[in-house]
Amino acid sequence: MNAPLINWYKFSSPATFYPLAGKLIPWFAAATILLAAVGLWISFFVAPTDAQQGEGYRIIFVHVAASWMSMFIYCVMAFWSAMCLSFNTRLSGMMASALAPTGAMFAFLSLLTGSLWGKPMWGAWWVWDARLTSQLILFFLYLGFMALQSAIDDPRRADKAGAILSLVGVINVPIIYFSVQWWNTLHQGASVSMTKSPSMAQTMLWGMLIMALAFWAYSITMALLRVRCIILEREMTNEWVKKNALE
Amino acid sequence: MSAFFVPFKQSVQRDLLLAARHKTELITALFFFVIVVNLLPLGVGPDPELLRKIAPGILWIGALLATLLGLQRMFAPDHADGTLEQMALSPQSFTVLVAGKITAHWLVAGVPVVLMAPLLGLQFDLSARSLWVLTLSFLLGRPVLSLIGSVGAALTLGVRGGGVLLSLLILPLYIPALIFGAGAVEADLAGLSIEGHMSLLAALAVLSAFFGPWVTTFALRIALE
Repeated sequence: MNAPLINWYKFSSPATFYPLAGKLIPWFAAATILLAAVGLWISFFVAPTDAQQGEGYRIIFVHVAASWMSMFIYCVMAFWSAMCLSFNTRLSGMMASALAPTGAMFAFLSLLTGSLWGKPMWGAWWVWDARLTSQLILFFLYLGFMALQSAIDDPRRADKAGAILSLVGVINVPIIYFSVQWWNTLHQGASVSMTKSPSMAQTMLWGMLIMALAFWAYSITMALLRVRCIILEREMTNEWVKKNALE
Repeated sequence: MSAFFVPFKQSVQRDLLLAARHKTELITALFFFVIVVNLLPLGVGPDPELLRKIAPGILWIGALLATLLGLQRMFAPDHADGTLEQMALSPQSFTVLVAGKITAHWLVAGVPVVLMAPLLGLQFDLSARSLWVLTLSFLLGRPVLSLIGSVGAALTLGVRGGGVLLSLLILPLYIPALIFGAGAVEADLAGLSIEGHMSLLAALAVLSAFFGPWVTTFALRIALE
């Protein structure tokens, strides 16, 4: 048996992950700043003005990336929750709770930018479109997860209860999405289709992708920062914290 | 088979007996449903056209809220006096006992709502056919509410501010049942086929009946740790 190149299990312990996270944070923070600068430069100066929507469309660079991240972070949270329940590792639960506020922030940002975009384009702050509605519900699911975790005092129980909730949520998200979509098509009221958007220019696509990467790096930075705080909070009484971390 | 049915039956019987000894709880939740549904016309005006249009939504939302009201009591009293722990330790399958408790909750809190729904539907001037559809939608959909709700009740067991928290956790998960339940009645009012809605509602019921007790048991074990 060859020894594996990297022993992944080594970093499943908070004591070894804490310094690793500390080393990774500056890199991801730098990547965030760099990518966001390039992405914003493209979205404000390089991308051409849209023929139909004018300059107002530029908010979409933030909006689309934020929506992607809010959904993706929920899946990552569910992944760590599954790890937490199946392997009973402490760090997985901490990761899940470290990701939740960032995900909720992105869900909120996507709703906010969406309504700011919707007012000039559709003439309404809010329409009951399937995507908007399910994004709102996703935001509620994040809030529920955080509320449940903060209501339980015992951190181990909080982790596991939150893990069950996020797994139940992740199964329900597609069901909710399709039911809302069907509900929306049944009520053919003031339906504004977002799917019939005109094909995008190449530079717009690049701007969006780079913004998405910037948000990705931002999420990792924030999650690592937060998980370090959680580790310190929970392991306060342990020997290694006193010895190494609080120097 | 008796390993399943005997403890299941006993669990249901026990909870029904307990409910029969505390009739007020049962009646309070039912009257909450009636009052919420009756307050809405007072809020939006007595126009029969409008009321007929919003009746399915109002009745379903009333039922969701009434379900939330009784959910916390599903496990809390047994948790408080230690019965739940004994159930978890007993040689019988804990999941079966929990399934019994959920069934009893549905019988106690759900069936009265199903029976009351057509009566309230009459107040909204629904046709006889629509009343049947309404009852059928509750018959299929109300167990879903109990089953999903039991997961939330187990997760918030003994937690600070559990009642409010429970509604925050559970209401977003009730959305599909609400859409298809109220949608079936609306489709009938609009003269469309109700088959699609009913099939999906039945699918939700089967899915939650399969996973609900299992996930609830898991959550209860965490709460009892």
